[in-house]
Amino acid sequence: MHKTTEMLNEEAVKLKGELEGKALTPKDRAAIPAQEMPSRDPIKRAREMGEVALGYTEAQARVEAERCLSCKGAPCMKGCPVSVHIPEFIEHIQKGDFKAAVDTIKGTNLLPAICGRVCPQEKQCQSYCTVGKMLKSPEKAVAIGRLERFVADWERNNNKITVPQPAAETGKRVAVIGSGPAGLTVAADTRRAGHDVTVFEAFQKTGGVMVYGIPEFRLPKEIVAKEVENLKKMGVKFKTSFLVGRTETLEQLLDREGYDAAFIGTGAGLPKFLGIEGENLIGVFSANEYLTRANLMKAYDVEHADTPLYPAKRVAVFGGGNVAMDGARMALRFGAEKVYCVYRRTRAEMPARAEEVAHAIEEGVDFHFLENPTRFIGNDKGVLTGVELLSYELGEPDESGRRKPVAKPGTEHILEIDAAIIALGNESNPLMAQTTKGLDVTKRGNIIVDENQKTSIARVWAGGDIVLGAATVILAMGEGRRAAASMNEYLASK
Amino acid sequence: MHKILEKRRLSNDVERGQDVFYFKVTAPEIARNRKAGQFIIFQIDDNYGERVPLTIADANAEEGWIAIVFQTVGASTFKLANDFEVGDEIPVIVGPLGRPTHIEKFTEADGKPGTVICVGGGIGVAPLFPIVQANHAIGNHVITIIGARSKNLLILEEEMRANSDELIIVTDDGTYGRKGLVTEPLKELCEKLNPAAREIVSIGPGIMMKFCVETARPFNIPITTSLNTIMIDGTGMCGCCRVTVGGETKFVCVDGPEFDGYKVDFDNMMKRMASFKPREQADYQKAKERDHKCRIGLN
Repeated sequence: MHKTTEMLNEEAVKLKGELEGKALTPKDRAAIPAQEMPSRDPIKRAREMGEVALGYTEAQARVEAERCLSCKGAPCMKGCPVSVHIPEFIEHIQKGDFKAAVDTIKGTNLLPAICGRVCPQEKQCQSYCTVGKMLKSPEKAVAIGRLERFVADWERNNNKITVPQPAAETGKRVAVIGSGPAGLTVAADTRRAGHDVTVFEAFQKTGGVMVYGIPEFRLPKEIVAKEVENLKKMGVKFKTSFLVGRTETLEQLLDREGYDAAFIGTGAGLPKFLGIEGENLIGVFSANEYLTRANLMKAYDVEHADTPLYPAKRVAVFGGGNVAMDGARMALRFGAEKVYCVYRRTRAEMPARAEEVAHAIEEGVDFHFLENPTRFIGNDKGVLTGVELLSYELGEPDESGRRKPVAKPGTEHILEIDAAIIALGNESNPLMAQTTKGLDVTKRGNIIVDENQKTSIARVWAGGDIVLGAATVILAMGEGRRAAASMNEYLASK
Repeated sequence: MHKILEKRRLSNDVERGQDVFYFKVTAPEIARNRKAGQFIIFQIDDNYGERVPLTIADANAEEGWIAIVFQTVGASTFKLANDFEVGDEIPVIVGPLGRPTHIEKFTEADGKPGTVICVGGGIGVAPLFPIVQANHAIGNHVITIIGARSKNLLILEEEMRANSDELIIVTDDGTYGRKGLVTEPLKELCEKLNPAAREIVSIGPGIMMKFCVETARPFNIPITTSLNTIMIDGTGMCGCCRVTVGGETKFVCVDGPEFDGYKVDFDNMMKRMASFKPREQADYQKAKERDHKCRIGLN
């Protein structure tokens, strides 16, 4: 049965009363029940765009925080790409000092409201949590991500955000290319050091993948807008609809426009296709296209938006990552009667965040594990009508450590669909490499950087998905922090 | 923001209720960096507007403006034509996008300039113009064929004449120039020219480009076509504009917009361009019927 926020809060309030004033042993703490994330009713929410996970109530956050053992050596921090002081911020929550908690996080992570929502915590901090180990599941670990989100939302909703004061103006100019998580992090850190920072964004809206890729029901756009607004308050400038490489090249920015240093954070942004028959039929979309139409172009607002989304009753999504979950759940919200998720391994190997998979299942997405498409089938008008799938079984582990799917010949079968969303990840967009002389990239098109995120070109750093390949928001931020530190050092010595 | 410096109606198609407009707008960086064959994407509203690709028809780097030519075939182009006047600003223009046209100086054995045949149909005449201009400027012998359904729909005749060594005009109904299709004079030129034309450039509706390619094929003259598919980002991120070229999937926005005509699967491209037809037509009707005070005197 779906528990409402009120029900979950009532349980938490009761529990909090019982715990109050008690001296808790580690065993007592681990025995406190993990607090469930309140969420909207799955049947209703699957047809609406509103945020699914509603966030802890104050009582829930206080109870969940009591589960933390404040381990010596803070093992959880090892799992965090930006080394948030996790036990410290949770101790502040235990004491009810939410402002101190959020300030502690912001010492190393500038976007807690976003990371609290989109980080794969069960693979990062929570996988090292002692409580999770005692209970033999990272999903039963202290809900670090949910606590992070709670304090960030508390700060924003209560207008307690403090905008950092930049250092005295240095007169040095920094160009940041791309306004995704890596770019925004670099902008904040270099602006804090007193530099004159301009962020260039190719789209009409800032936020990169957080705006065009991640849907409203998982990350409300007003949260991203608020972070950008805070950067503007710090004095960071933004230029939208400016495609570096075309509108002006990186060389022009450095030589003609007089920027002293530049950071490339342009993201992955080149969708992978399957390379199978029928892929260019009407009704076959990359997840990037499907989600960009829905998110950035606001196709869900049929009344106002000029950009349409393809109407479909039976939709198949191919892939097992977060983007596949986003595509599948978006298709439900656009009125699909049946949404399939086709993945060639099993649930255990899915790279998606555990919470997203759970939400997709609750909402009625039909998973086809151990299957892979071999061709798309269309009618004489070139419109998609079905897909042929081949069954697989798991064999020996491959280099990624996951058991390798092996095709079972002769198991081809047809699934009738009228739209397909291909969510197999992204490669690197070649534009920066094509238009920048001397910028070294790998065979896959990822920019090559040193341990300080410096590229092969003087005064140019890079980070995020353009370096890593398709990764996560927090890894991009980690790279951004490292780049900004190196950029600040360089600019100070100049 | 991009201020409109000049607005002209180039043609008025009463039968289909479609007009062609010429807008000159400020865009200093784009004007400075654009080359023939590149395009921009515009939005008339940065929240709800769709992203529409348009070829840059002309530009002036010193004065910092670009020119766009568009036909009112959908809701956004209709609103751009009707809601925007000189002095108003277009909120979003991003560019220059796509790869520039490969312009090559051709010289024959006798030292004379080689011939390039440029074929434009309908609104395709606008994106053809900078290519005619560039070929003319580099010193090629340019023969331009432009066509329209009827005389009043023909655009950029004078501009084309000024940049071509020879200009052939064709109309479907014979109201101006030759009666017929652009493929007819193209075929004659392919047969007649000696030495043969070194390159053909064809821009227009998919069906016209397809038949220009079929006309050129027996003569084995290289033919370049410029595709105008549906796009969202225009930077290679979404794959909406993809086409099959020589059996491979290519993105018009970053690999194009120009491709070897012999390799393009035009049938698949034309089908894909109709993906959203019912919705586009409904939106267009809604835009036309909405209660607005028409400032250009159409009603």
